[in-house]
Amino acid sequence: MTENTLDITQIRKDFPILNRKVNGNPLIYFDNAATSQTPKQVIDTIVDYYSNYNANIHRGVHALAQEATEAYEGARTKIQHFFNAAKAHEIIFTSGTTHSINLVANGFTAFLKKGDEVLVSAMEHHSNIVPWQMLCERTGASLKVIPMSKEGELLMDSYRDLLSDRTKLVVCNHVSNALGTINPIQELITLAHDAGAAVLIDGAQSSPHIKVDVQKLDVDFYTASAHKLCGPTGIGMLYGKSAWLAKLPPYQGGGEMIAEVTFEKTTYADLPYKFEAGTPNISGGIAFGAALDYLNSIGIEAIEDYEHDLLIYATKQLSEIEGVKIYGTSKNKTAVISFNIQGIHPYDMGTLLDKMGIAVRTGHHCAQPVMDYYKIPGTIRASFSFYNTKEEINRFIEAVIKAKKMLR
Amino acid sequence: MSIQEIQDEIVDEFSMFDDWMQRYEYMIELGKSLPLIKEQYKTDDNIIKGCQSKVWVHAELEGDKLVFTADSDAIITKGIIAILIRTFSHQKPQDIIDANTGFIDQIGLKEHLSPTRANGLVSMIKQLKLYAVAYQTQLN
Ligand SMILES: Cc1ncc(COP(=O)(O)O)c(C=O)c1O
Repeated sequence: MTENTLDITQIRKDFPILNRKVNGNPLIYFDNAATSQTPKQVIDTIVDYYSNYNANIHRGVHALAQEATEAYEGARTKIQHFFNAAKAHEIIFTSGTTHSINLVANGFTAFLKKGDEVLVSAMEHHSNIVPWQMLCERTGASLKVIPMSKEGELLMDSYRDLLSDRTKLVVCNHVSNALGTINPIQELITLAHDAGAAVLIDGAQSSPHIKVDVQKLDVDFYTASAHKLCGPTGIGMLYGKSAWLAKLPPYQGGGEMIAEVTFEKTTYADLPYKFEAGTPNISGGIAFGAALDYLNSIGIEAIEDYEHDLLIYATKQLSEIEGVKIYGTSKNKTAVISFNIQGIHPYDMGTLLDKMGIAVRTGHHCAQPVMDYYKIPGTIRASFSFYNTKEEINRFIEAVIKAKKMLR
Repeated sequence: MSIQEIQDEIVDEFSMFDDWMQRYEYMIELGKSLPLIKEQYKTDDNIIKGCQSKVWVHAELEGDKLVFTADSDAIITKGIIAILIRTFSHQKPQDIIDANTGFIDQIGLKEHLSPTRANGLVSMIKQLKLYAVAYQTQLN
């Protein structure tokens, strides 16, 4: 298994950006958790759309409109299969995870009241905190935090204690962007359902790296962002169980989402259109489908194995550098390493690595509560993808050592 | 020395370096020479917003000249603020207000001028000039 299952040299040729230089050095892109790079198959899909069949969908009788509609709805089916949803109409196109979460949070305004509780994990991205805080403000419900350990793992016993008949909703990421932890969401979902609560899982960081089966998980809502899945920015999806989506009121009003409109009353369109007001990001949706085709052609399991290998390799090398402290040391992790070096500010390290052509993320990673938990201003985060190599990790390690010498 | 003269001097110093490493090593050195802010002034009020690292700046009049002290938790940021303070400290507020900061580009730190970089060089310059404006009104 591992390396030999993927032909990385060949794969790298699919990504035009990997040929570029940054500050005179070949780019090493280790900021995949922020956004992934785009293969030419996806870029070509966008060019093809605008070159050959750009048209508004669902409305026209003409050929272009039909081709565009078919491609867009075809992409929805690809997303359905990628996440193994039961029905295509359970996939709602959104602009990304943030939009997906806000859509659900807005809908839940109708279902919550004072005294109800929403449980959120301690390691969430701000996108999976703030919409729930706003929901609680609107409804008088309260937000409770599922705590985590120093290793960056959820404390499941505390979670069990927090669950009660007041719990209406549990929200958690599948994988933490700040730490890389893969959370035990199957157990989390089962326990929530036992308590009568619905569950939303933020899949922004998991969907690119591990196989997700929403039916097996029995999750109520699941989200993803195409730009982390080798697709374009500005498009993503919300999976919702039919029953939930039917109950949830629409989020935005406009064209596309209606069945009939008079000034007295409007009836809403069926799923999924009820949640898709206005002309959508058509090229983005189609390209999202192309990105999933691309990932499928490589194979998510193969990607998972290969990236795990990179994670183990990099973690070992990095740990050997004196003063390095890694945040998020769970055994179950995707290929994300968040770390600091004693006496060195992450910003300084990130600046010098950039000078050497290495792109990492520094700062709080939109997860300030996680940084507060560790009492640090931020970390340096290296996150790998299947197009990264051990040679790049070697160069990264050398660069970290060099930067450390300069900074201390 | 006037602000312009100091800036010319800094441009001269940086022109000796032919790669980024030397430039950054020098900045790190400069960071260590930063006139440090007194602990009592390291308050949230004195933090410059928009920096990924924390930067505190304090300004005080000595006669008709403005004197700056500062600190940061990141060393490269300290180097940058040290360069700014070297040009602006012990100058008249009006001269600080009028000063041009194009020399930053000439010493190869242009990338730090991007407002998206979140290191706050732009915010630092703005803050130093705001202090100058405030003290200028006081002098008038
Ligand atoms: C865990 C997690 N949730 C949510 C988001 C927000 O995703 P988007 O900006 O695509 O809406 C991100 C992106 O960084 C993330 O990592």
